[in-house]
This record gives sequence, C-alpha cells and structure tokens, in this order.
Amino acid sequence: MIRSELVQKIASENSDLRVEEVERIVDTFFDSIVEQLAAGGRVELRGFGAFSTRARESRTGRNPRTGASVDVKAKNVPYFKPGKEMRERLND
Amino acid sequence: MTAGTLTRADIATRINQQIGLSRNESATIVESILDHMSNALADGQNVKISGFGTFVLRDKAQRIGRNPKTGIEVPILPRRVMTFRASQTMRARVAGK
Repeated sequence: MIRSELVQKIASENSDLRVEEVERIVDTFFDSIVEQLAAGGRVELRGFGAFSTRARESRTGRNPRTGASVDVKAKNVPYFKPGKEMRERLND
Repeated sequence: MTAGTLTRADIATRINQQIGLSRNESATIVESILDHMSNALADGQNVKISGFGTFVLRDKAQRIGRNPKTGIEVPILPRRVMTFRASQTMRARVAGK
C-alpha cells in the first residue's frame, strides 16, 4: 500500500471531505510524527508501535567510490518498534 | 511541541488545530489511518509512505534459541516481522544539529 492508496481509502470513508482535505490530514499525521522525533521526543501509537530516535556517534567513514575518508558527524536516527498487537497480527 | 511522548490524542489535536476538523472526526481519522496501515501489513503488504518511510515485512526462518535463564534450547519458529525504513527526508530532519 502506498500513501495515495491510504488517502483514497480514508476519502472513501469520509464523503464529507474533499480528497485534498484528506491529503492534508494524512500529511499532518505523518508530519507530526517526524516533528516530534526531530524535537528529540518519541511517538507511541498503542497496538501499532512506537517511534523513537537512537543516537549514532561520530565516525570516520569512507567515500566508497574514491576511498577518501570523511568525517561523519554524530546524529540521531529514527527507530520504530512494532507493538505487541501488530507483531501478533503479522503471524496470525 | 517539545520532547516527551506524542500519542494518538496529540496527533488528533494537531489535525483539529491545523485543519479545523472536529475533535471527534480527527480522532476517528487517526484511528482509521492506523487501521488501514495495520490491515495492509497483516495482509502481507509493505506500506510505503513517501516522504516518511516504508514499513517492510520480513520472513524469518526457524532457528534454535536458548532460554538465557535455564540454558535450555528452544526452537524459535519461523515468523514474520516488520521493520521500518525511514525516508531520506525523515532521516535528514531527525539527524538534527
């Protein structure tokens, strides 16, 4: 399933909303998750899962094409842990 | 919105404030977004949200595990797991500083 299919499904259940409005709602949903993680917080969606961030230390990486070493700065990376209910549903 | 934990209710509030949809309807839509994603995944489909990321299903083979407390070997049955791969845009925004 891709984003546009999700929008279609929501739109078909909400005939009072225009597709563009549903687009904005779906965007707001995903944007609020990204903003929360960018602010250093976490997002917990019971049953589905939880989004958080993990810290990565700075390291010396290499340009795979040239072999030149480059400094990779410390950063946070997004992390998702599926919820119990979701994990169980995948194996029903 | 500062750190801490964001929940369904907070997301519904955002939709209510930014879109002007009623609180009730906002909460219902948050729920149905999650339902549709969960259903697709339970149905064996990956879920790809452009600009956000992809929920990818992976089938794990059976392996022999061990109860760490007793040391007894137990088979871990083949199972399906889901992983999340964040999009480049999300990675860039989360990386910060």
